[in-house]
Amino acid sequence: MTTGNGGHGMTLAEKVMARASGHERVEPGQIIEGNVDLAMMHEQGAQTVGPFHDMGAEKVWDPERVVIAIDHWVPASTEGAAVLHRILRKFAQEKGLPHFYDVGNHGICHQILAENGWVVPGDLAVGTDSHTNMLGAMGAVASGVGPTEMAAVLALGRLWLKVPTTLSVKVTGRLGKGVTAKDLVLRVLGEVKTTGAAYKAVEFSGAVVERFSMPERFTICNMTTEMGAKCGMVAPDAHTFEYLEKIAKHPMHPLTADRDARYERTIEVDVDGMPPMVACPNTPDNVRPLPEVVGEHVRVDQAFLGSCTNARIEDMREGAAIMKGAKVAHGVRFIVSPASTPIYQQCLKEGIIDIFTEAGAVFTNSSCSACFGGNMGILAPDEVCASSSNRNFPGRMGAKNAKIYLMSPAAVVATAIKGEIADPREYQ
Amino acid sequence: MEDVIEGRVWTLGRDVDTDGIISGKYLTIIDPNELKKHVFEIALPEFAALAQPGDILIADENFGSGSSREHAPAALKAIGVGAIVADSFARIFFRNSINLGLPAVEARGVRAIFEKGDIARLEMRAGRITNLRTKASVKFPPLPHHLLDLLEAGGLVEKVRRELAARSSKVTA
Ligand code: SF4
Repeated sequence: MTTGNGGHGMTLAEKVMARASGHERVEPGQIIEGNVDLAMMHEQGAQTVGPFHDMGAEKVWDPERVVIAIDHWVPASTEGAAVLHRILRKFAQEKGLPHFYDVGNHGICHQILAENGWVVPGDLAVGTDSHTNMLGAMGAVASGVGPTEMAAVLALGRLWLKVPTTLSVKVTGRLGKGVTAKDLVLRVLGEVKTTGAAYKAVEFSGAVVERFSMPERFTICNMTTEMGAKCGMVAPDAHTFEYLEKIAKHPMHPLTADRDARYERTIEVDVDGMPPMVACPNTPDNVRPLPEVVGEHVRVDQAFLGSCTNARIEDMREGAAIMKGAKVAHGVRFIVSPASTPIYQQCLKEGIIDIFTEAGAVFTNSSCSACFGGNMGILAPDEVCASSSNRNFPGRMGAKNAKIYLMSPAAVVATAIKGEIADPREYQ
Repeated sequence: MEDVIEGRVWTLGRDVDTDGIISGKYLTIIDPNELKKHVFEIALPEFAALAQPGDILIADENFGSGSSREHAPAALKAIGVGAIVADSFARIFFRNSINLGLPAVEARGVRAIFEKGDIARLEMRAGRITNLRTKASVKFPPLPHHLLDLLEAGGLVEKVRRELAARSSKVTA
């Protein structure tokens, strides 16, 4: 499809932003006022309450479009966290916000949005967390904002946005055995680097992405945050509609890029023969082929299978298939944390919790868990951790000089078994 | 916001992330005056003790990358940082700073012309930053009008407050 006016077509992000702002077309660099389809807050939302009142706001613009999902400290592990939770509960009650995923019905905020159909094709969604980008996998523009900005969104139902240029990432070929969506996004990050998509939209396409399930699309869009991107997106298709069929919370507006859309840059990735990848300390773009790092015999103290990037049921199944019958290496602490309560329950039903705990892993309740160094599974100085999460900055999981290696769930489990960074293909 | 901002300079490298500004263990703190005690614990440990009101941060590329935590610019503002000028910013940090009324400006090449302790003179509307010791300067595209307005108003809270007040006076009129 092409558009006649303006001389060239629009990218997916431009289409969604045009829709959100009621314009026929928008151009990169243009500043728009976008109507928000979905606003999400986690604990950082507690800092939204003050500015919301200071603005003199009384009502939330649309309580049906607001989701609160606490996830960083669940159940509260410190007094400070307990206070944040209480502020949010009180705010939700006072303002009549019915969609509060509280302790007992909890999960990582982005997973809550995904598995409950809160973000659908064509939406403009914002959340008080930088990995809100994950929801762009629905064919939406989904982006992180700070708590003061969220206060304005709750009051007005809109925010200003600069229309970004779009980076097209086209993925062709076939992923080999033991090579996953996580490995692909790490490879792209290794090329684009942490600033390469700053302020931009990243649009994934190509045969590999078309074959990807929604969970795999969540993983790749999740880590566009590490590229500095405003949003990461996949055009909606049959996978999207099937995933959302029974759960979509509001009407969809499926949009796709015009064939003559203008991209700032196109990156073509052929995954034929690509090995698993690993992001080495201390930045997520320090990406190397996993087999190279395996050869260096990097001992680990901890392994973590969790986070919004990779703790869905598919990741748990993949991990359990490798773990089954094996043991966690002596001296390694292996923490497994599913991304939501329904995933936890599914693990229970499928015997996945048995497999991990019999192997000597700790299977925790669903939360951000060890991902951010403020709740549990904190690293001591100089310790080394293999993680399925998305960030390995200094101090991210605890001590400033602890070292974090980012990899696929399968590689994390292989590493937990071997006690040093391992190639999952040797264990499959 | 003053149009011309002068202050003593602290320099920072590239990719200073929000974990390096306020680490995860302090995220349950809301009070900026508490937060400021822990600012830059990882990225610039001597800063919290030695910072003076009006100091200017000069950073390389991608300042404030990582999480959406507003704790980072809130702590910097609370400790008295007068402005942050960087070769480039991560987007949420940039928005958060402006929303809080803390001037944040992208000026390509700025890091290269400053050393720690220099005095910087930042002209927001003219789009220029000068090292008063060496006289070296860098030009930059001034912030778009609506962002300058936002800073002028003192941040987003004040701007929305005015908008809501105008709306309700229209309704009652
Ligand atoms: S799992 Fe980690 S990256 Fe994801 S929202 Fe939680 S802390 Fe952030």
